Formats: sequence, structure tokens, C-alpha cells
Amino acid sequence: MSTATEHVGHDAEHAHGEHHHGAPAGIKRWLFTTNHKDIGTLYLWFAFIMFLVGGAMAMVIRAELFQPGLQIVEPNFFNQMTTVHGLIMVFGAVMPAFTGLANWLIPMMIGAPDMALPRMNNWSFWILPFAFLILLSSLFVEGGGPAFGWTFYAPLSTTYSGDSTALFVFSVHIMGISSIMGAINVIVTIFNMRAPGMTWMKMPLFVWTWLITAFLLIAVMPVLAGAVTMVLTDKFFGTHFFDAAGGGDPVMFQHIFWFFGHPEVYIMILPAFGIISQIIPTFARKRLFGYASMVYATASIALLSFIVWAHHMFTTGMPLAAEMFFMFATMLISVPTGVKVFNWVATMWRGSMTFEVPMLFALAFIVLFTIGGLSGLMLAITPVDFQYHDTYFVVAHFHYVLVTGAVFSIMAAVYYWLPKWTGRMFDITLAKWHFWCSLISVNVLFFPMHFVGLAGMPRRIPDYALQFADFNKWISIGGFAFGLSQLIFLALLIKACRHQGEKVSDQVWEGAEGLEWEIPSPAPYHTFDTPPVIK
Amino acid sequence: MAQQEAPVAYEKYYVPDQSPWPIVGAVALFLIAVGAGNFTIEMTKGKEGFGGYTLAAGLFLLMVMLVGWFKNQIDESMSGLYSAQLGRSYRQGMLWFIFSEVMFFAAFFGALFYARMIAIPWLGGASNNAMTNEVLWPGFEAMWPLVSTPGGIQTQAMGWMGLPAINTVILLISSVTLHYAHVGLEQAKRKQLTVMLGVTILLGCIFLGLQVQEYVHAYRDLGLTLQSGIYGNTFFLLTGFHGLHVTLGTIILIVLFFRVLKGHFTPKEHFAFQAGSWYWHFVDVVWVMLFFFVYIL
Repeated sequence: MSTATEHVGHDAEHAHGEHHHGAPAGIKRWLFTTNHKDIGTLYLWFAFIMFLVGGAMAMVIRAELFQPGLQIVEPNFFNQMTTVHGLIMVFGAVMPAFTGLANWLIPMMIGAPDMALPRMNNWSFWILPFAFLILLSSLFVEGGGPAFGWTFYAPLSTTYSGDSTALFVFSVHIMGISSIMGAINVIVTIFNMRAPGMTWMKMPLFVWTWLITAFLLIAVMPVLAGAVTMVLTDKFFGTHFFDAAGGGDPVMFQHIFWFFGHPEVYIMILPAFGIISQIIPTFARKRLFGYASMVYATASIALLSFIVWAHHMFTTGMPLAAEMFFMFATMLISVPTGVKVFNWVATMWRGSMTFEVPMLFALAFIVLFTIGGLSGLMLAITPVDFQYHDTYFVVAHFHYVLVTGAVFSIMAAVYYWLPKWTGRMFDITLAKWHFWCSLISVNVLFFPMHFVGLAGMPRRIPDYALQFADFNKWISIGGFAFGLSQLIFLALLIKACRHQGEKVSDQVWEGAEGLEWEIPSPAPYHTFDTPPVIK
Repeated sequence: MAQQEAPVAYEKYYVPDQSPWPIVGAVALFLIAVGAGNFTIEMTKGKEGFGGYTLAAGLFLLMVMLVGWFKNQIDESMSGLYSAQLGRSYRQGMLWFIFSEVMFFAAFFGALFYARMIAIPWLGGASNNAMTNEVLWPGFEAMWPLVSTPGGIQTQAMGWMGLPAINTVILLISSVTLHYAHVGLEQAKRKQLTVMLGVTILLGCIFLGLQVQEYVHAYRDLGLTLQSGIYGNTFFLLTGFHGLHVTLGTIILIVLFFRVLKGHFTPKEHFAFQAGSWYWHFVDVVWVMLFFFVYIL
């Protein structure tokens, strides 16, 4: 969108703001901060560290699966690795990374001085390191950490779990508190803090997608809290929510969990859609094709996400009518998603394209996310899902949408806005190495999973039949290569934080439009103390 | 510093300086989570440990944090730092928080409906589950309230007459009295405000006392416990979480009462009062739902 701003100007802002606080020094800056940029940085670094920790666990999984047979870890430890890998990547890496981006970008994009509730913002962040400290330390208690999969299905998490389940439950509780407060902050900021003239349909798509994501978060995180509470009482206090002997039902757990879980997967992809919708127009040097339809498509996906949860449960013996309903409702989601992919491609159509690093990641996102979307469509078809269910095909599907989807979009976003944050261009050579190594290795890693999955290799098992050995060797090699590629990213980020690299202009990218590109690079500690007027 | 410009009406959006309270709150939640987790293990598995103390320390720290944080905000509010826009932020934030609470209760209501409408009939052989009943749970008949579980636990149902009906009336009246307290605040009728608020607090306490009696009755006379199958589970978790919310609401109202005595609120500016009153009305609505779906139907 071209939002011509009548800018009061940073000079005026600085003159007025001389007695205004800059960034305080030392550790207190980070512990006590109320600044959305500081909190955004904290979130992003935390997410990246968790990404490496969760990635290390994936390396353990792939090392064990390099060859058939059990050789490196005990099966129970393998289960803990798959479980904690999933929990960390979902709640510790992807969600905090998006929240970090929201913190950095939403106030700058809508012309607000900060997030609406800055102290609560700090609280939301600092809960997270403690929550994951609890989760990770539960790996070391007697009997081991959670080993029931990130979905913690009953009775695995009730009858058959270790004592550390109690720690798992309470760490999920405080993660949920953090997410809910973060989401409230985003919604209130967008509702209440837009600069004059920033009408709803002028908002950048990243803001729109995050607004809708925040609705989803507030609606479903409390349901997750309810689910873990019932697991806690079933395991420790003798209730029978998920036990048929007391009139409950283990399948009920899956209904409650996936009522949270399905909107949750859109929580992890809608902000990605927003990011891609910001990046593609910049490097195609064209306005986004179909802005309004993008907004409506995002809202439709969010609404549909509440009525598709049982497509994760086709093999639990639901009545036929339910299977049909959830199959068709799920397939319906491909309509608004298709609208989005079409719009991105149409935006590039006859554009003056250049291929800077953010654009490379965005293009890889479109292609690879679409592969994940199509395999999702296959999984949505009830009769064939009976074959695919709980195989590596499912693993391939959700890693295409989450790694080459969500994670690639986060990397695209970091490369796109990093020069705005630091005021300097990142190391482009390293970035291109990072992109190409990641792109190739991620496909070596996840693409063969489709084949072994279709052939029937079950997920979450530390051993497999000999027929899958060759593919698994390649999958593991791809996995190690993808893991190593992220160290390039780490090196690049450290260089960027040390203020190395050439200074960039305010606009940074030639085709970039929006409020955040009109303020100086690096973005001052406080922006838009006086709201800009958007015409 | 932002505050130095203060006492005049502050129209710019007030972005607070650094604050120590959020990190104190994060540490408090950490202690609560670790403490509650370990306390649960120690209590149910008969182990020794510091779970209970850690939990208590966390709750204490959370109290310290709330007092410190709120004092901070009251001071800012009283010195005129807040704009109308900030008031809207607080109000919207509170409403979305209440919405998240609604969804928390929705999870437990969902469990109640699922058990009643689907799980229990299926265990009794409904739909295409004749063999489930025949082979796994022979002789089990679907019913609600589930006073005899497939596993053979016997209990008695809690009727809706008597205490629950009285409690419903009490909570409904408390909503009305709180509303008139609010009206008193808006029309600057101090006496109406304090009396009505006081009556609301009293009704809240009576409600909680009667709830305790009802639980004693359930455990002693009816044999209805947390362990007595899905009926007891949904009964105690729904009414229990509701009771916790009434407790919290009563504490909020007591704090508001003392702030009223100190003259903190004006007919136009009283976000804290409004938020507390919204919370109380929400808790009432949840009770009405509970009364219908847990007790009557």
C-alpha cells in the first residue's frame, strides 16, 4: 500500500524528545524493559536459541534413525526427544519468533508509540524462559521427561506417563498465560493505537494477519489449559475424563486437544502469510494483488480452523457423518489458501523482479509451502488418510508447512527487516550460503519422508523395517546438513548484532513501502511519539 | 522523564518507564509452576520435598508483585498521566481477558457435553457400539447423572433444589447490587456506592460459604467425590473453578471497597471499578450456565 504520510519528522521528534529516555544500559535494560523493540529482540533471540535446542533434539532423532535397529539412544529417551522437540519448536521457537516480529513491527507499521500495554508485554516475554526451563529440566527428573508426543494423547499422558507430567502441565500453563497476554496486547494495540488515517483496509497485511492470529490465540490457548488440567487431574487426582471405566473417553482428549490444536497450526502460519504478503510486493515492485481478498481469505481460514479439528482423528472410529463433515470442511480451507497463493503469484506477474535474500526465502516459501498444502489436501481425504495416518507422510506434510513454511517465512522476515533494526546490511554472501544450503538440505530431509510414509513407515518409532533404510540414510544426511546450515545463520546474526556491514538508507529496499520504511535506519529507540497522519 | 511533564492533563499515550514488576511476576509464576508441579507429585506419590513451600513462596511473590504493580498504576492514574486512549486500552484488555476465561470454561463444558451426549451413550451401546457394551462393559446402562460408572463406582447425584437454588438467587442478587453500586459511583452517590458494594461482597462470601457446605454434603452424604466418575469430575471441576473465580472476584471487590473509601474513583474515571464489576458479572453468567447444565438438566 502506498501510505503517503504527513510526517512530523524525526528531527522534530528528537528535538522534543531530548529529555526522553533512550535505551538504558546494562542488564536492567533487558529485565525491566517496556520498549516494544527491546522486547521484540528478546523474543527473537529466545526463539532462535530454542530453535537450536529443539534442532539439536531433532539431530538425536535423525542420528538414531540413520540406520535400522536401536543403536544410540534408549526408546524411552527417543520418545522424550520427539516430544520435547515438538513442544519446543511449536511453543518455544515458531510462536515466540512471530510474537517477536509482532512486537518489533506492529507499532512501527501502524504509527503507534509502543504496544498498548508495555509492562504486560515484558511479563509475557519473561514467563517464557522460565516455562522452558521447567520443561527442559523435566528431562532430568527421575523417570525422564514427557515421552508421550507433543500432542500428549491420553492414556499415554495419564496412565502411562512419568511423574514429570506434573511439571509439563504447569509449564504449559504458564506458556499459555504468556501467549494470551501477548495476544491481548496485539489486539488492543491494533484496535486502539492506529495513527489517524490508518483505517482498517489500509493496514499492512502483516498487521491484519497478526490481528486474526491473536483472536485465535485468545480463543484456543485457554482450551489447551483446560486439556492439560484434565490430564493432571486424571493422572494425579483420580478423575476419569479420559477413562471409559469412569464414563469418560480417551477420544474426548483428542477432541479437546485438536479443538486447540487445529487453530494452533494456523496461529503458526497466518503471520507467515502476512510476512510473504509484505515481501513479495517489495521485490516485484508492484502493489500486492488483491489486498482485500487477502484480508477476507485470512479471516475465512481463521473461522474455518474452528470446524476442522477432527481431521486429525479420522481413524478413531467417529460416525461416518462426522468423518464426511470434517473431510469437506477441511478441503474447504484450500479455497482461501489457494486465493493467497494465486495473489502472490499474480503480484509477481510482470513485475520488475529482483532476487534479494528475503525474496529468495519468500519464493521458496510459496513453492514449498504449497507442496505442504497439497499433501495436506491428500491427508484431508478420509479414506486415504486411513493409509497415511501416523506415518512419515504426515511428518513430511507438517514439516513442509512448518519448516519451509513458518520457519522460512521467519527467516525471510528477519532478512527483510534486519537492516531496519540494525541500520546496516547483513552479510549477503553468508545469507545466500544460508539460503541455498537450507533450501537443498531441507528438501533432502523432508521430501523422501513422503515416500517412506506412503510405503507405511510409522512415525515416532525409533526403529524401522529394512526396506526403509536407504531413504532414512538420506533423510538423516539432509537433517544434519540442515542443522549445520543454521549455524551460518547464527554467524550472520552475531555479525549483524555487532554492527558490522554497510549502512543502509531509511527505505533499505528499493521497492519497500509502509511506515516502517519512513523512519530512520536503525529505527530509533522510540518511534511515533506523536502519531503520523496517514492520508 | 515522561513523568516530569505530568500533572497537566496528559494527552500523549503514556508509555511507562522501565518497571521491575513484570520480571518479579515472571519469577513468581516460575515458582508457582515448579512448586505446584512438585507439590502435586509429592502429595499424590507420598514423596518428600519442597513443592509446597515453593508454591507458597511463588504465591506470596505474586501478591507482592500485584500490590507493587497496582500501586504503581494507581499513582500514575492519580497524577493524571493517563489519557482517554489509555483507558480504552485497559478496558479492551480486560474484555479480552474475560473472553479467554470464557474459553477456559468452554473446555470443561465441552467435556461435560461430550461425556453426556456421546461417550456415555456409546458405552451403553448406542450408535454402532453394541459390541463395545456387550464385550467391554457388559451390563452398563447409559444414564445421566452417571451414578453408576462402567467400572462400577457408585455415587449419588446432586439435586438442584436447596443450596444450589439459594446460591443462584444469591449470585443473581449480587449482580444487581453491584450494578447499583456502579450507578451510585456514576451519580456520585457515595453512600449508595459503599453500601451496595459492601452488600455485594457479603453476598459473595455467603455464596462461598454455602459452596463449602455443599461440597461437605457431597463428600459426606452423597459419596459424590472427585473420584466418582465423569459426573463427579465435571461437577467438581466446573463448580471448583467457578468457586476459585468467585474467590478472586470477591478479593477484587474488597480491594475496590478500600479504594472507594480512599476516594480513588470519580464518576467518570473508574476503570478498576468497571473491570472488577465486569469480572463479577462474568462469574455470575458462568454460574447461571452451571446451574442449568450441571444441576438442573
